[in-house]
Parts: sequence; structure tokens; C-alpha cells
Amino acid sequence: MIWTLILLSLMAVIMIVATIVAIRQKDLLIAVFATAAISLGLSVFYFLLQAPDVALTEAAIGVALTTVIFLITIRNTKRYEKVNKAGQCKE
Amino acid sequence: MKKYVAVVLLLFFGYYLLLSFLQLDFGRADERMAVSKDYLHESVATNKVANVITSIVVNFRGFDTLGEVTVLFLASTALASILYRRNKPGVKVPKERILTSASHLLHIGAKVLFPISIVLGAYIFIHGHLTPGGGFQGGAVIATGVLLMILSYRKFHVNHNIVSWVESIAGIAFVAIGFTGLIFGTSFLENVFPVGTLNALMSGGAIPLIYIAVGFKVGAELIGLLDNILLNNKELKQ
Repeated sequence: MIWTLILLSLMAVIMIVATIVAIRQKDLLIAVFATAAISLGLSVFYFLLQAPDVALTEAAIGVALTTVIFLITIRNTKRYEKVNKAGQCKE
Repeated sequence: MKKYVAVVLLLFFGYYLLLSFLQLDFGRADERMAVSKDYLHESVATNKVANVITSIVVNFRGFDTLGEVTVLFLASTALASILYRRNKPGVKVPKERILTSASHLLHIGAKVLFPISIVLGAYIFIHGHLTPGGGFQGGAVIATGVLLMILSYRKFHVNHNIVSWVESIAGIAFVAIGFTGLIFGTSFLENVFPVGTLNALMSGGAIPLIYIAVGFKVGAELIGLLDNILLNNKELKQ
């Protein structure tokens, strides 16, 4: 039980850090991988909270398929977000 | 003026949402939730399905699952219609992917992992009524295996005719099983097949059949979608 709690808190920390990275990062490639890390943490969460069905779906679709579709989109468009001097995104 | 109308509308909706929220009595047993007990009992006693979630998703809420499969089908059709290219006469479209060729390590690894992922996906949807998982999960795992092959080999191609045939036949099979329930029973998607014994592979009546159909359909849909996206598309890139 205590190990489950420790693992859950570890995953929660990883997910929060990955979310912040995905929002702040200007390199969209890294942002996509951070999104995949969120899905991975979420999948572990589902498994530990006894929903293995949902965990399987999240692992297959959230980690693999969505990431690849985002990667193809980045490949066909631009890798870096444009920023101005104040650090905000240009329209 | 517009703002005031919006605020009044929001207050109106907020009031009714709050009213329905206050009517829930938290922390007390609710008679309206008694249906969950019924599901837990019925799926093991009547349907003889060990995995209660599958029994709910495919049997008690089978019509919702049919809707989900339809939504997925519509999404993949819409994507295919966006990415569709009309072949110009005289212009030969190269049948190669936009990806650069992969490393030796990925080639060998993909060859090893591809059959394993296909078998794992098939296992997940065939055993959907015994172990966690089912049609959606198994189909997604199979599509991931095919994706690995697509990423590693530039000339790996999926036959679109076969994929769309598999998809259509699986969809028709789902609806046909539903109509069997209507013909031999009382309602659409009723479980009229013999249910067998609990925990056996051949148990659950129509539930494993439906999940196998869903597995084939989801797998074929996702594979066709990935193949559509990853085809060499020079016009799209400009």
C-alpha cells in the first residue's frame, strides 16, 4: 500500500513537471514528448487505481498513436514556436 | 446589450445547474445507483462473463459501443477525405513514404516486435471477456505494431482494399449480431447465444464475438488512418 502511494506521488510529480514543460517549451518536439510522458504517467495511475482496461487504451493511443500523429504534423509544419522579445508567442 | 444577455443566460443556466447539484445527497446510499449492483450480479450470474467491465460495455451498454465504433469510422473517413489525392493522368505518384530510412537497429527490432504485437493485440481482444482489455485496446495494439513497421521500412505498404473490406465486414458483423438478438430475443444486441461456463474461453455468448468484430474494425481503421497520413504527399507539404 505504501509503495503504491509512493509510486502514485512520483507519477503525479512527473506528470506535473511534464505538463509545465509541455506548456513552456518553445521547441515543439520536446513539448510533444512531454505530452507523451503525461500519458504514460496517467496510464500508470489508471493501472494502480485498478482500471487496467483504461490503462491499456491510454498506453496504446495516448503514448504511441497520438505522439506519432503530432510528430508528423510538426514534420510537415514548423518545429519552433516564434517568440517576440517579451517571451510571448507571436500571432 | 449582448453582454447583458450573455450574463443573464449564464446566471439562468448556473441556477439550474446549482439546483440539480444540491439535490445530490453526498455520502449516502442512493437508490438510483442500485443499477450498478444489478450489473455486478447479472454479468457473472446470467452472462457468465468474468470481466464485468466487458459485460457492461458490450452487453448492457452495447448500443453505446456501436455509437463509439461509428464515431471512429466517421473520423477516419473524414481524415481520408481530407488527405485524398486525385491521381493526375501521366503523373506517376511515387509509392514511398515521407520518412527517411531508419537505422539498422530499428529494422531488426521492428522485425522482432511486429509479430509479437500482432499476437498480443489478438490475445487482448479474444480474451476480452476474461482479462482486462477488449476490442478497442487490442485494435490499438495491432495498429501500433503496424506503425512500427511503417516507421522502419519505407516501402512497407498496407493494401487499402483489404483494410477497408476487413473494416466493413467487421462493422456488418457487429450489427448482424445485434439483429440476431432482435430476431431471436426481444431487443437489439440481446445476448441470445449459449453462455457456457464462467471463466472458459468459449463463454459469454455474443460478447466475445462482438469484441472480436470490434477489434478487427478498430485495428483496420487505425491502420488505414496511419497509412493515409504517412504516404508521400508533396502537394500537402507546400
